[in-house]
Amino acid sequence: MTTMKEEGNYANRPSNTAFTQQRLPAWQPMLSAGVVIPGFLLIGLAFIGIGVGLLITSRSIQVLELDYTGTETSSPCYQCTMSNQSNCVCKLSFSIGTLFKGPVFFYYGLTNYFQNQRKYGVSKDFNQLIGDVSYFKSPSSDCQPYQRVNGKPIVPCGAIANSMFNDTFKLYQIINGKEELVPFDGKGIAWWTDYNIKYRNPDYTPLKNAFNDTEKPVFWTKPAYELDTSDASNNGFINQDFLVWMRRAALPNFRKLYRRITEGNYKDGLPAGNYSLEISYNYPVISFEGTKKVTFSNVSWMGGQNEFLGIAYLVIGSMCVVMSVVMLIVYAKFRFPEED
Amino acid sequence: MERMGAGARGGGGLSWSPLALLRDAVLSQKAREKELRSLVSNLPFEGLGKSKQPNRFFKPNAIKTNKYTPLFFIPMNLYEQFHRLANVYFVGLAILNFIPVVNAFQPEVALIPICVIMFLTALKDGWEDFRRYQSDKKLNNMPCLIYTKHYIERRWKDVRVGDFVKVVCNETVPADLLLLHTSDPNNVCHIETSNLDGETNLKQRNNDVFEPESFNCTVVCEKPNNNLNHFKCFVEKPDKEKTGAGIESLLLRGCTVRNTEHAIGFVVYAGHETKSMLNNNGPRYKRSKLERRLNVDVFFCVLLLFIMCLIGSLGHYLWLKNLSDVPSFLVSDSKGHLDSPSLSSFYMFFTMIILLQILIPISLYVSVELVKIGQIFFILTDVDLYDEETDSQVQCRSLNITEDLGQIEYIFSDKTGTLTENKMVFRRCSIMGKDYPHKENGKDLSHFIHTFKNAVTQFQKVILYYRNSNRVICCCLRKLSPLVVIAFLHHQETQVIPDEKLLQQISRSERSSSGISDPYMDFFLALAICNSVVVSMATTQRQRVIHLHTPIRLTTLWRAFLPKQNGSSTSAHKRSDDANGVQPRALDTVTLSARPAAASGDVCYEAESPDEAALVYAAKTYGFTLLARTPNSVTVRVPSGEELVFEVLDTLAFDSNRKRMSVLVRHPITGEYVLYTKGADYAIMELLGTPYAGDGQQKKIAADTQYHLDCYAKDGLRTLSEQHISFIWAYGREELMMASAVQLETELTLLGATGIEDRLQESVPDTITALREAGIKVWVLTGDKPETALNIGYACRLMEEGDLVTCVSILDCTLEEVRRYHEDPRNVDTTQKISLMIDGDTLAIALSPDLQDRFLDLAKRCRSVLCCRVTPLQKSRVVKLVRDKLKVMTLAVGDGANDVNMIQVADVGIGISGQEGMQAVMASDFAITRFKHLKKLLLVHGHWCHTRLANMIIYFFYKNAAYVNLLFWYQFYCGFSGTAMIDYWLMIFFNLFFTSTPPIMFGIMDKDVSAEMLMGVPELYRTGQGSGEYNFRTFWISMLDAFYQSLVCFFVPYLAYQGSDVDIFTFGTPLNTSSLFIILLHLGIEIKSWTVVHWIIMLGSVALYFIVTLAYSAICVTCNPPSNPYWILQNQMADPMFYLICIISTVVALLPRYTFYVLKNSIAPSPLIQAKHLDRMEPSVRDMWMKEWRSLRGGTEVKESRLSTPPSPTLETSVDFYPGFGDAASFVGEDMSLNVIGD
Repeated sequence: MTTMKEEGNYANRPSNTAFTQQRLPAWQPMLSAGVVIPGFLLIGLAFIGIGVGLLITSRSIQVLELDYTGTETSSPCYQCTMSNQSNCVCKLSFSIGTLFKGPVFFYYGLTNYFQNQRKYGVSKDFNQLIGDVSYFKSPSSDCQPYQRVNGKPIVPCGAIANSMFNDTFKLYQIINGKEELVPFDGKGIAWWTDYNIKYRNPDYTPLKNAFNDTEKPVFWTKPAYELDTSDASNNGFINQDFLVWMRRAALPNFRKLYRRITEGNYKDGLPAGNYSLEISYNYPVISFEGTKKVTFSNVSWMGGQNEFLGIAYLVIGSMCVVMSVVMLIVYAKFRFPEED
Repeated sequence: MERMGAGARGGGGLSWSPLALLRDAVLSQKAREKELRSLVSNLPFEGLGKSKQPNRFFKPNAIKTNKYTPLFFIPMNLYEQFHRLANVYFVGLAILNFIPVVNAFQPEVALIPICVIMFLTALKDGWEDFRRYQSDKKLNNMPCLIYTKHYIERRWKDVRVGDFVKVVCNETVPADLLLLHTSDPNNVCHIETSNLDGETNLKQRNNDVFEPESFNCTVVCEKPNNNLNHFKCFVEKPDKEKTGAGIESLLLRGCTVRNTEHAIGFVVYAGHETKSMLNNNGPRYKRSKLERRLNVDVFFCVLLLFIMCLIGSLGHYLWLKNLSDVPSFLVSDSKGHLDSPSLSSFYMFFTMIILLQILIPISLYVSVELVKIGQIFFILTDVDLYDEETDSQVQCRSLNITEDLGQIEYIFSDKTGTLTENKMVFRRCSIMGKDYPHKENGKDLSHFIHTFKNAVTQFQKVILYYRNSNRVICCCLRKLSPLVVIAFLHHQETQVIPDEKLLQQISRSERSSSGISDPYMDFFLALAICNSVVVSMATTQRQRVIHLHTPIRLTTLWRAFLPKQNGSSTSAHKRSDDANGVQPRALDTVTLSARPAAASGDVCYEAESPDEAALVYAAKTYGFTLLARTPNSVTVRVPSGEELVFEVLDTLAFDSNRKRMSVLVRHPITGEYVLYTKGADYAIMELLGTPYAGDGQQKKIAADTQYHLDCYAKDGLRTLSEQHISFIWAYGREELMMASAVQLETELTLLGATGIEDRLQESVPDTITALREAGIKVWVLTGDKPETALNIGYACRLMEEGDLVTCVSILDCTLEEVRRYHEDPRNVDTTQKISLMIDGDTLAIALSPDLQDRFLDLAKRCRSVLCCRVTPLQKSRVVKLVRDKLKVMTLAVGDGANDVNMIQVADVGIGISGQEGMQAVMASDFAITRFKHLKKLLLVHGHWCHTRLANMIIYFFYKNAAYVNLLFWYQFYCGFSGTAMIDYWLMIFFNLFFTSTPPIMFGIMDKDVSAEMLMGVPELYRTGQGSGEYNFRTFWISMLDAFYQSLVCFFVPYLAYQGSDVDIFTFGTPLNTSSLFIILLHLGIEIKSWTVVHWIIMLGSVALYFIVTLAYSAICVTCNPPSNPYWILQNQMADPMFYLICIISTVVALLPRYTFYVLKNSIAPSPLIQAKHLDRMEPSVRDMWMKEWRSLRGGTEVKESRLSTPPSPTLETSVDFYPGFGDAASFVGEDMSLNVIGD
């Protein structure tokens, strides 16, 4: 009773808890030289370790890059850059000194190509690409100006699909003056999720029926359902090359996976020797000062070759070590009394 | 019967046509606009339709302060919110996004952030409005008694103009009532207006024959206005007889009836037309310094955004120009037509604005508001700012200037009630030229002093009763009728330890002259009679609302001027009920016990001023107990136990010109007419009778008394004295009535003088010292006399021993001297040791436009400034002048109505809720109960609020800039086409969820230095002064850091992924992730103390990021076409490169800041860092270090004045002045003569 009354008398007294009185137990890190020396040293050493690892890994990766734009007259593809050359084929010869360890990844690369342009990126109809036939008849207006041609809807519509890279490659190893085709593996080069979830073909057999009353994209030579004549399941929207192209590159200089060399005699890589790359040269890049190239590379856990990261780790790691020494000096000179 | 009444109230207008409604609206508008209103009773119209009701045009009593209705909440709130420019800007951008040529994102999605922000704001507004609605509802449903045939209990909302309302004791008045009848025999009604101004009032009504049924008069009153002190109306009877009434007859809505059984009033204003509602202007809105700065920086951000967009636009133009042909990735419009580079770069400008809009921190404003709410919560819950005595905590009346508390440079303080308790205690007296020092009280004092070492926490002052013109002025301002003041009496005030010698003297006198004409007896009778103290009995005393405090109520003095209704026969009438329960007590018991008259539970005094009550209590100690006071009589019990009833013939109220008050009474035993007068010394001395002019005994008494008064005055301890004179009259009453006040008060006989103490509030000197060490200049502005002010200046350590005190009269000379003193090489390192004292008249001249600058120049060079005899208006002018001319942050603190101007003018106004009512509190931004609370409020909460908010705002700008720049750098690699490499939903989430709570928590809870250190080392406060921690430099440094970090955060992944087959969102994911880590860890570097809340929120934010992004990436196959983050993060998280990239970019981005902090903290630690170091030590070691450190820093510990030879004669007179016993008088004299020039 009495306590009740007393509480009543102090009805407005704020509650005296650690939280309301701002006295919660707290960790107050002290940013001073003495405290951070071990941290700097530890981070520095760890980074140097990572950097060395990265650099070694990166160095172990073999890369072979061949430009075939054909801007120079000496280039075998020079004649293909001439105007109105259709179905131009050029051959690029090169030799490999030592075994190119497999699995070898074969990329095509473009430079100065802005797949990341905003309007370009918007220009597709997602509903078509998941196989919704109703959108075949009326593609999204995002696809403009690649929405319709001659009054007929374009499938797949839009600029991305329209601008699909259409050079094709064949690699031959020259063994005793004879060209032996190096088998390419075109399966599974696109993302699993793209192939299985994001892109679907309409449920039509044959697939061609779904594309009735539609047009192929203007730049395309073949309709979507005939992209791969050799493999019926590699057609339509789930064609691997199409999927790879549709995943827009982040930067204007990029490469995209074209094939892998994993089969037959070339399972362990490309043996030393002379090779010839047959290029069916279709894709125009000269107009925007772009270049085209092909890249052979093997991959490691860190992807392709990239020395930057290793060097960065090394540099920062060494800086941290140096800093820890500096900190040690600073600590000796300016330490606070209670740090004794 | 009741139902019928209810019908008449509620029903009515159902059958009205729209036309009639319109006509009625016009009519009521007209009726309300009229200058005069004629109101009649509703009773004759009871039961009639609404159209017949005479007062139907006036507002009903139901109030509605909520802005919104459920139905129109959305449009109205949107309208409110669009008053904010920022909201308009963001909505404009969102709309811009709907224009196809410029859009950067999917249009609908762009609306999300602004919608969320506005939704949050609407929620907050809605909640606040709902609370208003609830409180309105509660008020509207309060019960009250309305007359219909008899008094029936109804709700407040049922009250209409023209009703008769009965309010019983301790009930609140529901509407503005014209008082018609009270249960009090004297026809007064005691009300407490604490809801309005904290005061207690008497309301009076003379016509006490009252019957609602027969009330057939018309009440004519003025149009409602918000003047609480003014009301005019007259009551016109059917026979055209008019009776006037004023504010003294108006019971205001919200007041509480006290000590009166019931009161009946006629409703003149109801609901929103009542004076209290008209005065209710809602919450105050001030813009803090930090926010002004913030707006400037938002403008900088706009500029930056503009530049960035321009770069983007220009880049797009050049990029397009360089394309010789149309490549396949360039998309034309539907007709296959490409815009010209210039046109599309023009469009691109707007696209860029949309893309980079977050550079203007959209959620900053709402975050700042949330942070301030949190900060206020912590201020409110601080137990150190809670006052047990009054059971009140600090009040934050302004919600948006918490951080200003940390930047104060000048404090302007009132004195009485702010620095002092305003609780007067009787200390000494001088009777018939003989001093009674009351040593026991003095012991108490010295004990006190001993306890607090050198900190003089008590002092006395030289005031002669109403000696203090300040008090008078404040009375005048507080109420238009200057006569009604209340005081709260503390227990201590009743505790006077009687002086042994005086007790003996009294008992001797009593034995010798039976207490009739002895001067000692007269002296105490005068103490008991000559005042306006009202007695209330303990039994009738109202319940104490405030713990320990007894509100004391005082009669209105003007009653004395009213014609007496009754003849002299009533004067002998003894109020037996008042004396009820009081047993006569013999003088012996008092004499023997010689203890404080603690047995005061039986009678309770309500005094207009605390001084009066102190004197009455003093008289009581000596056995002269004031038992009852009616307008016509005073009952006093004398030491012999006899109860004497003095007939009061006239009371000459105190006024500021005469500086005295007199009461004319007839002695019940001798039948003589006696005039008791009390007043200021000079006001009384000149009225003394002729014998005092000559030589002889009388002259000696006068001289001795004057000497005692001077002693009290000179005493380092402030001595209050009261002078009290009476003269015996023998004239008849009628003649007296004709005599003017002046004629009455002549030829007086000197009885004696009293000294009253006004104690300094607890820890005032300590607080002022701390504030000064904190770099705050403290000015005291008081209405007191210079010598009183000076004494207080010393007592509260505003000035220190060894200070120079300069009394300004000739500004130029003084300025010249002070300047010379400053420029003297000998004084370069010394702290300022000059104090300036200036009086009101001089100040008036100094404030004139051509002298202002020189005055400020002088004041700047002085450590403290004391302005005495200033008027409230001058107070506010001084504050305004300093604030505007010196461009500093000012704080004004005061407790009375005379401080209201000053409080309103200052950047931060602090009201002290104490003795003088609530007006200062009502006008203030923060209300505290004691002056000492200012120390923690400023040094701790002010510092914290400022650093927290400042750092939070800087961080907010940084955060947005760092994030947005990622997008900006990407534009260089996507042809400036406005592509975002991060999914837009994730960008929205990033700002709304992942990184929004940590800065808010940072703004509310970060603690750079502990409260103990801040209190112990007030110098730390200086970090916040001036531009504070958030200024041009810190802002741009953080912006530069943001640019650097974004560069790192962008280019590390860029270089790592260069030339690879990475796609847009896969590239964006490590960017987004590492920028999350960078942004959070950057905050981690800034956070000074990590509590469990910090950990939860920081780790929670990271967890939220991964959970939400993973979930979104897993679920969303087609939900955000055309961009789509499906399975991106999952893919990335399976790649070790992702982690390596995130780690290195985070480390590289934060390394410079971290290293810089570490090196700076080690090599050149700021005071705050040093304090933090000290904070980690053991308390005992810490104190030692603190002392050493402070003396090193040149704190005020250095006592010695290095001024060896004063540079000028002017200063020489005041050098090392200290009001000791010897030279003080001469100094004061000189000071005064100097000041004559000011007049």
